Amino acid sequence: MSDAVQTPLLSIRDLKVAFRGQKTEREVLHGVSLELFAGETLAIVGESGSGKSTTASAIVNLLPGTGHVTGGSIMLDGRELTTLSRPQMERIRGREIGYVPQDPMSNLNPVWSIGFQVKEAVRANGIAHGRHAVRQRAIEVLKQAGLADAERRLHQYPHQFSGGMRQRALISIGLAADPKLLIADEPTSALDVTVQRVILDHMAGLTREKGTSVLLITHDLGLAAERAEKIVVMQQGHIVEAGPSREILENPMHPYTQRLVAAAPSIASKRIQAQAERRGIEHETTLDDVPAVRVRDLTKDYKIRTGGFRSVPFRAVDAVSFDIPKGKTLALVGESGSGKSTVAKMVLKIEDATAGLIEIDGKDSSTLDTREVLALRRRMQPVFQDPYGSLDPLRNIGNTIAEPLEIHEVGDRASRRARVVELLDQVSLPQELTSRYPNELSGGQRQRVAIARALALKPDIVVLDEAVSALDVLVQDQILKLLAELQSELDLTYLFITHDLAVVRVVADDVCVMEKGRVVEHGTVDEIFANPTQEYTQRLLDAIPGAAIPLGGAR
Amino acid sequence: MSSDVNATHYVAPVHTTTITVDAVKVAAKPSSLWSDAWEDIRRRPTFWISVAIVVVVILMSFAPTLFTRTDPAQCSLDFSNGGPAPGHPFGYTFQGCDIYARIVWGTRISVAVGLLATLIGSVIGLVMGALAGYYGGWLDSVLSRVGDIFFSIPYILAAVVVMTVFAQFRNVLTLSIAIGGFAWASTARVVRAEVLRVRQSDFVTASRALGKSNFGTLISHVIPNAIAPLLVVSTLSLAAAIVAEATLAFLGVGLGDTISWGTEISNAQTSIRVAPMSLIYPSIFLTVTVLAFIMLGELIRDALDPRARAQR
Repeated sequence: MSDAVQTPLLSIRDLKVAFRGQKTEREVLHGVSLELFAGETLAIVGESGSGKSTTASAIVNLLPGTGHVTGGSIMLDGRELTTLSRPQMERIRGREIGYVPQDPMSNLNPVWSIGFQVKEAVRANGIAHGRHAVRQRAIEVLKQAGLADAERRLHQYPHQFSGGMRQRALISIGLAADPKLLIADEPTSALDVTVQRVILDHMAGLTREKGTSVLLITHDLGLAAERAEKIVVMQQGHIVEAGPSREILENPMHPYTQRLVAAAPSIASKRIQAQAERRGIEHETTLDDVPAVRVRDLTKDYKIRTGGFRSVPFRAVDAVSFDIPKGKTLALVGESGSGKSTVAKMVLKIEDATAGLIEIDGKDSSTLDTREVLALRRRMQPVFQDPYGSLDPLRNIGNTIAEPLEIHEVGDRASRRARVVELLDQVSLPQELTSRYPNELSGGQRQRVAIARALALKPDIVVLDEAVSALDVLVQDQILKLLAELQSELDLTYLFITHDLAVVRVVADDVCVMEKGRVVEHGTVDEIFANPTQEYTQRLLDAIPGAAIPLGGAR
Repeated sequence: MSSDVNATHYVAPVHTTTITVDAVKVAAKPSSLWSDAWEDIRRRPTFWISVAIVVVVILMSFAPTLFTRTDPAQCSLDFSNGGPAPGHPFGYTFQGCDIYARIVWGTRISVAVGLLATLIGSVIGLVMGALAGYYGGWLDSVLSRVGDIFFSIPYILAAVVVMTVFAQFRNVLTLSIAIGGFAWASTARVVRAEVLRVRQSDFVTASRALGKSNFGTLISHVIPNAIAPLLVVSTLSLAAAIVAEATLAFLGVGLGDTISWGTEISNAQTSIRVAPMSLIYPSIFLTVTVLAFIMLGELIRDALDPRARAQR
């Protein structure tokens, strides 16, 4: 950056994008301007629907469906991109602009080997010619992306790769032609935190070495601040704030950014305390109080079919033990495959345990008869991760919330209706929603409905399986606050399953860290966060993006 | 040098940011599954065209006298293979019967067999597919293999055998059973695949965790969500059943003396070269009816699909 006159590598001026409807045009980007210099990393941060991904796809002219640029300009290295013909654009994609997509699971073609797909990218961009040269280049880029034994891996298929390895393959495809600009659209959102960290570190190293500019699209402010020099915050198709990362985080000026910074859970945040003070006295009187949930040596084996009639046992959960005192929250934390969701399913009695003991209020749940199980279900309710999958799309909200009441034959029609209205009120939704269908609601609203349904029977225990993981930061913050309020109001006991340690900090009292089916560390939130004794826990904590950056703002 | 634009901290003027997070649009028009589907479907001309055809066909089968005064059984060899005449727009068959009248009177059997056979096939397919997909395990293996066996038997052949063996019981119902009872395997496969997909959904797990019985969940959540592809397959098999009835009649194992589109087409074979019209006119009626049902089925499927009715 020594030259006095610096021209940006990518310069977007007043970009407008609209989608053509049946008769009307709906504008989704209302004049976006940004500049990215050579060798620099710029992050676009925003919630879903903010237009961050639309901006990225507009640059490479891959807008979905009826989307098209209606105004403004996109200059790459002094060349206007919006007016290029399709063949011209095809020459730019891959060669000058590399692209790393979000979901490593669906972006590799499962019927072709990894090698074939990398070689295809190499050949399409005309970097190497001839079988041998193409192969060499493919191995080279895979090695650069961190796949050490690339020669051997060349013949493997996507299903033989883990998520992280697939994302490495995609990064190597994106960087195959040494592009000047790399667009990474939520490159690690689908990966575990520890994997995410390694991949991002590697990508940063690679691009720094080659001097590639990176346009990083993310919903995670912490991650953006850690990885990019500059941040652009977008909301509903507008840029609301832009500037150096640290400054944005430490001194957010726009009210929207301030809210975003305040809502982002981080290690530094505190447990949400609901307005109603904890009624601790009632509980502390009886020290030998039976815990609401008591789990001892819980084990679950699955059979993995290996073809024919043979199968190998696979231990998904291995001798897990914990207690959840009444009115408290226990968080089960772990990466995918750690067995945390299986534990939740066994506690809910959706799956049977292979061995071990689950006691609900001191009663062994495995010996119950059908009637007692039904009674148990009244007292224990789940809320699931995917707000789009957990509600029946063919039932309106009123019927959805009333369903548990019908199953357990609580009250008559009129009293059920009254209860539905009351529940909607409890989760801060207007009662007009009773006649609406799930597809009319946003993700956060659906999750509120799911919570209302779970609360319909006045349970004491709620099992939250990644209940906020799919939500945007601001909505997530709202739901977490709602959960805390409901907990103190109704004296609920939560089993909170999550992969996100930052969220744990905000909601939980106790934590169990799980790895490969075992509980590796167990303690109160403060203990675990202050001095984790296990290396694995430490790694999880380190992997929280933006952990080192102090967040300014309102909290 | 940080004299460039790099270092500037840009803050947008506060514009519409005061929107509360995740607010509910209470003012938005509440929708319902059926009224939305109706709003959507009534704007489509293909819907009205196919509805008109289906209405005419149904009218024809219930009240053939509305369409013709001519007695279809009143045939005279004087007119054998005769061309169109006043009051007899399509001309005469080999036997000297009025083609138009026979088509109109033949509608009833064709449509009845088509609807009934489809209903039978769909119900068997739905039950088999839903049970196999939902319960899985050995039940799935058994039901799927049974389905495969039925799939491997050409159902026309099977119906021919059934109709020959039970020759004395030939009526609309047995004919429909013979056709529908062997044509459910593809329906079952489609339903099974869809049930397998729906079964994975969180709302199914949620329903079970709420305490609903396994079977209750299947009935109230899984099947309603898996029914859309069944609708399409059904309209297609409705067409196939009408054709099957015609084929069986053509092969001489249909309903014998009764008048149907199939028997008309079948009887026309003797005089195709001299009087092609006696074959072509019933075929046109058959084709148009079948197309109307297929179009209607697809439109209804599209209109009812909640995935297609995204947020507006």
